[in-house]
Amino acid sequence: MRKVIMGNHAASHAVRLARAQVIAAYPITPQTQIVEELSEMCASGQLAAKFLKVESEHSAMASIIAASSTGVRTFTATSSQGLALMHELLHWASGARLPLVMVNVNRALAAGWNIWTEQTDSLAQRDTGWCQLYVEDNQEVLDTVLQAYRVAEQIALPVMVCYDAFILSHTYEPVDIPDQDRVDAFLPVFSPTRLLDPLNPCSFSALVQPEHYMEMRYRIQQSMDEAIGVFRTAGEELHRHFGRRYGNLETVATDDAEVVLVTAASMTGPARLAVRKLRAEGVPIGLLKVRLFRPFPTAEVRAALAGKKKAIIVDRNISFGKGGIFADEIRAAMSNVDERPKIFGYVAGLGGRDITPAFLEAIAREALEKEDPPELEMKL
Amino acid sequence: MMTRFREEEELMTSGHLACQGCGGPIAMRLALKALGEDTICVIPACCWTIISGPFPYSALKVPIMHTAFETAGAAASGVRAALDIQGRSHTKVLAWAGDGGTFDIGLQSLSGAAERNDDIIYICYDNEAYMNTGVQRSSATPDRAWTTTTPSGHPKRGPKKNIVEIMAAHKTPYVATASVAYPEDLMRKVRRAAETRGTTFVHVLSPCPPGWRIDSEASIRIARLATDSKVFPIYEVENGEKYQINVKPRDIPVAEYLKAQGRFNHLAAEDIAEIQRKIDHEWRRLMQKAMMDSYSGSHY
Repeated sequence: MRKVIMGNHAASHAVRLARAQVIAAYPITPQTQIVEELSEMCASGQLAAKFLKVESEHSAMASIIAASSTGVRTFTATSSQGLALMHELLHWASGARLPLVMVNVNRALAAGWNIWTEQTDSLAQRDTGWCQLYVEDNQEVLDTVLQAYRVAEQIALPVMVCYDAFILSHTYEPVDIPDQDRVDAFLPVFSPTRLLDPLNPCSFSALVQPEHYMEMRYRIQQSMDEAIGVFRTAGEELHRHFGRRYGNLETVATDDAEVVLVTAASMTGPARLAVRKLRAEGVPIGLLKVRLFRPFPTAEVRAALAGKKKAIIVDRNISFGKGGIFADEIRAAMSNVDERPKIFGYVAGLGGRDITPAFLEAIAREALEKEDPPELEMKL
Repeated sequence: MMTRFREEEELMTSGHLACQGCGGPIAMRLALKALGEDTICVIPACCWTIISGPFPYSALKVPIMHTAFETAGAAASGVRAALDIQGRSHTKVLAWAGDGGTFDIGLQSLSGAAERNDDIIYICYDNEAYMNTGVQRSSATPDRAWTTTTPSGHPKRGPKKNIVEIMAAHKTPYVATASVAYPEDLMRKVRRAAETRGTTFVHVLSPCPPGWRIDSEASIRIARLATDSKVFPIYEVENGEKYQINVKPRDIPVAEYLKAQGRFNHLAAEDIAEIQRKIDHEWRRLMQKAMMDSYSGSHY
């Protein structure tokens, strides 16, 4: 069924179709409509789930960690301050090897208060052991949440689906909402091999001494490495089931490009227009959309950028004292490649400032002209 | 009512890692006897994080979910929700936390669970300070006690937080105090908590020999003195209103309780006299509450 819905409701429908069994959430703009819609779905019986209306995001994460440990499929959604409050438990979720799925609507952090989009909130959680995907439009929101459940349960690690505040969350777009039986065919029933059960009593997340702790971390890293391929396969399966293809990365006109513009999330839309216009003028430019951020698809990024002259990376986030986080990751990924491009890092659009096709075109033209890249340039 | 302890009902094993004379394992052993094996135990950071044993060991024959310090209430709610949606509603959920995890850092998530009236049994074993980290004051530390962060020259000033009143103010269906010195009463209350739908809360006084600076064999005697001197009355509150005192104190002067513990060594005679006046006042108020009318029925 094709409907015109906001990004937040695309997330709610995906959670309904995934048959989440326990949901716990706390209101925060711009996420709230996801859980309002899920409350309606639970109340009307469309979704047979328990919905815990908890008193904080911290408790939301604590209770879905507990529910997942008890053997059910779970969901929560948050944003910005709420995600920051959860930080401690994000580590707990991955350490406990739980296949949680969470939506984070990217919003700038205080102070001062700002409810508009920026990705520093989720990128600041990059070392918590969560997989992270950044999506471009409302259809991709729905499809990626389904992909997230499938991968999380396969690799026993949590997955965060991130999209931009207001630009996606509150914007209405046509979205194909698949039928339940098609989703059931894509996403098998959750059947965990270990759960809290008095008939088989085990101690979960007990004290771990140095002789075991590092092995446990080693296995998380192994699963993260494995996850790159699992995400790729799940993206192909999405195509087989629903006709829409999602790679870990997407490249546009990069084969013969000398310069590549690199984006993530909703700014990829305007970037497509900017690249199309420059191409029409004969500029040898391509586009790389980074969709999977953790685990970082290093080999795929290398393949996309090796041999290019310049990579122009636009970050809607900042690690103060260093720069854009995607730019830094890509710089690191390319560091041992002989034929590597010069990396132009731009920070733009913080706190919800518009990133338009014209703006991206101007950045691209500037980088095309310059011989040597600045380490970081903040585009005010 | 006397309870016969039968060996086959033991759900706690030997080989746990508690200090000698610790009230924590005594309280857990009694609580699990009352609850039975169809129980899932949620434990935030507290002495029991250590007592239960490191990976891959466990001192309990019921499943344990260890969880972060401030999350016992929320985690127990999550286990409950998952059990209910799976049709496993018969399984009991026990949140088992120390005073730090209950009175201080975990108060918010406990209040959240109680306000939602999620069907969990929350037991706080209260040793009146952060004992696992080496005796730092908590809001459960009594007035004028020594701890490592309230040294004798500057002991804690101000009353112990009244967690039972806080829980009763939520109109929680069942709230009670208990003590390792009164095992039958403790087990009856845990059974009552398990039989009551909704959130139930049992506050257990649990002596800590190194933290209270007492000999390890003195734990039960000191715990009994706490009740007999009215420092720790044993009572229960139904639906936040109906108070009932379950143990009649022997009216022993508080000096006898305080002088038995090194953590009160520095107190002067006037300190003890003032503590006595406050205890007498609190006891009168408790008696008045036990005589008040109460709303008949549940608030949830």
